[in-house]
Amino acid sequence: MIGDIFEILLTAGFWAATIRIVSPLILGTLGELICERAGVLNLGIEGIMTMGAMAGWMWVFQGGDLWGGIVFAAFIGALFGLFHASFTVYLGLSQHVTGIGITLFASSLSYYVFRMLLPDATTPPKIVPFQPYAIPGLSDIPVIGEALFSQTPLTYLALLSVPAVWYVLERTPLGLAVRMAGENPVAVESQGIDVLAVRTGAVMVGSAFMAIGGAFITMSAFDAFYFGMINGRGWICVALVIFASWRPGKALLGALLFAGLDALQVRAQQLAGAQIPYQFFLMAPYVLSIAAMVVMARRASYPKALLVPFRRGDRV
Amino acid sequence: MTEKSVSVMPLLSFRGITKRFGPLVANDAISLDLNQGEVLALLGENGAGKTTLMNILFGHYVAEEGEILVDGAPLPPGSTDAAIQAGIGMVHQHFTLAENLTVLENITLGTEPLFAWRRDIKAARTKIADMAAEYGLHADPDKLVGALSVGERQRVEILKALYRDARILILDEPTAVLTPQESDSLFETLKKLTAKGLAVIFISHKLNEILNHTNRVVVLRRGAVAGTVTTSEADRAGLARMMVGEEVNRPKVTSMMPGNAVLRLTHVDCQSDSEAQSLKDVSLEIRAHEIIGLAGVAGNGQRTLANLLSGLTTADAGDVEILGAPGVADPTELVRRGVGRIPEDRHATGVVGEMPLWENLISEDRRGAEIARAGFVIDKRRALERSKRLIEEFDIRCEGPEAETRLLSGGNMQKLILARVLSRGPEFILANQPVRGLDEGAIAYVQSRLLQARADGAGVLLISEDLDELFALSDRIAVMYHGRMTPPQDTAGLTVGDVGLLMSGHEAESAHAH
Ligand SMILES: Nc1ncnc2c1ncn2[C@@H]1O[C@H](COP(=O)(O)OP(=O)(O)OP(=O)(O)O)[C@@H](O)[C@H]1O
Ligand SMILES: [Mg+2]
Repeated sequence: MIGDIFEILLTAGFWAATIRIVSPLILGTLGELICERAGVLNLGIEGIMTMGAMAGWMWVFQGGDLWGGIVFAAFIGALFGLFHASFTVYLGLSQHVTGIGITLFASSLSYYVFRMLLPDATTPPKIVPFQPYAIPGLSDIPVIGEALFSQTPLTYLALLSVPAVWYVLERTPLGLAVRMAGENPVAVESQGIDVLAVRTGAVMVGSAFMAIGGAFITMSAFDAFYFGMINGRGWICVALVIFASWRPGKALLGALLFAGLDALQVRAQQLAGAQIPYQFFLMAPYVLSIAAMVVMARRASYPKALLVPFRRGDRV
Repeated sequence: MTEKSVSVMPLLSFRGITKRFGPLVANDAISLDLNQGEVLALLGENGAGKTTLMNILFGHYVAEEGEILVDGAPLPPGSTDAAIQAGIGMVHQHFTLAENLTVLENITLGTEPLFAWRRDIKAARTKIADMAAEYGLHADPDKLVGALSVGERQRVEILKALYRDARILILDEPTAVLTPQESDSLFETLKKLTAKGLAVIFISHKLNEILNHTNRVVVLRRGAVAGTVTTSEADRAGLARMMVGEEVNRPKVTSMMPGNAVLRLTHVDCQSDSEAQSLKDVSLEIRAHEIIGLAGVAGNGQRTLANLLSGLTTADAGDVEILGAPGVADPTELVRRGVGRIPEDRHATGVVGEMPLWENLISEDRRGAEIARAGFVIDKRRALERSKRLIEEFDIRCEGPEAETRLLSGGNMQKLILARVLSRGPEFILANQPVRGLDEGAIAYVQSRLLQARADGAGVLLISEDLDELFALSDRIAVMYHGRMTPPQDTAGLTVGDVGLLMSGHEAESAHAH
């Protein structure tokens, strides 16, 4: 059994699957991370991913092109981010309650719009999704070539956004303002910057990332939209942010770990045949993730002003 | 010279500033001027409206009435950005720094266009180093702010303002949390700054600092200007009278027969995060009807001792006996035994700011027969009644028992803690910097309540950096240096000079040998 698992780990197919699974997770995780670094927890993620999955797919199904669908999904995501921010940032309401509310609202709205536009569809209709693009040269490298460099352009985008988000947060004035807003909003205001604008912007951009993550699922991993499609991925992303101690690089690591376990579980199921109920394998990535969280989250230093609303003119 | 023409127009003027919070008038038609190169002291009781006025100047708050002119031009209200552009820099009463970020990041935030592709870290580093050298404000740009001492953090706050070419520097109680040495170096820096033409608004409750280091004093009383005097023509008593409206006299201890021991430490060792803070072979006895003053520069073991006596930690070696039973790591148990705790940092460990006054007032007595029904259900009506009584007795200025505690001014928050502690009739009181940040009137009040508690039979450990206070209140004085404590000596036989030497560790060895 152990030997078989090692064998799986050495196949290019396993790694290719891992990278495929990791793409929406990393986009969602980065999105959540951006929001939280600015001090705003965004539990609307599950709904916003569903919305992005529907919006992007629908754009293409109605005759738009693929990249247009991605932009549209991002736009809709940002809109929901604005919605979340108006309640949590401007009105200072509970971030938990607002986030859950947005998840319920956005998920239901997605299914509603889908049904409204396609009332008669019985089997889920399909689009032509993003096709794998083998990067010339690099894709010829054995194992790595197939795993990393023969993916769809959306996967490349997801992977490249990790260093991009890191760079913006750590190396640009805007990123500094975002981080400071999550640590001490009064300090941001004291340097002449509008805290509410910074937080709102971060939540909007973060939500756009989440929506693209959702769109990946209907436009790259699959080719159709159906109910329950996001399947808790949003919540995994929220957990991954904690696992990553709010750092983009570690977020990729955590997402890879989870995706790897998920890809492994599918293959191990086939190995084990009927001896072990398949539910155990489905469960495995979650159980191991919880274990990893327990170890990692103990050392996490969270943004000090996470969940703390900032009100102008309040006692400073 | 151009000096004359400059002094015709003030650098900054407030004209009829009024600010209300609900029914409370925090600033009442305040008008005052600030000239180039001068240090203007703003003096007033806790809650007089000093911080509020500065928050309006810096754009945190918007005034209901009045305007502010900088160089004769009106300052757009409610914009910190506009204030910074106009050359105003503010060091807040409570630091506004992000602990998880570096010094450099804290200083440079907002100094570059937000949408630039990269931060110019190299240029910032050079500029900070230059300023540090010029004004004696040393701070390692790559250190996390969380790792800095209070004094270093304050230097970072000042650097933040200077980095943006401030011409008007607001310092809101900068010395409240500094050691005397750190305060001295702050005044050195201020001298260099004013020599360059900067104007400084300096807020402090310490009258001798105001008398020694400022040019002019504006006194606020209940939100309005009560008077302006030139510092060279002012004296302590006069300032205090202007501020409070009547003569203020600090109380003095009178001799009294001590009773039984309430606290006994014998050869106590207690490890802490640093060598200097770790207790080494500390022995101390405090009896009823007695105040023991503990002198020492902050960071020499006072915090560890306070943690030990409030039940946050236990000793590694030696005996701790508090009110007749061994010390335990259980604050609730110690409070039940009769320990009264006045903590050093009232915001962090004294009150819960988000909770209303009445909850904070009963928080150490939730299970008491007076408050709790059947031992666990809080009777809110009775709790409110008691809170109202305490608010009246201790003169806590607030909207009422249901008001949020964080809205109180520092002095009133301290009175709340005092009310909570003293209303339970404690037999041992740990008073850690009980008058830090308080005004003259409040200091006299807090001190007289401590003396009253002593007369009622409590033993008190008074930790303070203010030697005048220690000499006025203590029966005996002990000194801490590097985690060691000298045996307490009768106050009558000591001079301020003796204690000062012990505090700097000079004669620690020889005093030990005696
Ligand atoms: N944001 C606010 N909301 C409600 N009340 C406030 C607010 N800010 C200040 N106050 C009230 O205004 C009054 C003036 O407060 P302020 O902080 O200006 O006093 P201060 O003179 O700085 O006192 P201290 O010496 O204790 O710092 C106080 O009664 C305070 O409770
Ligand atoms: Mg103040």
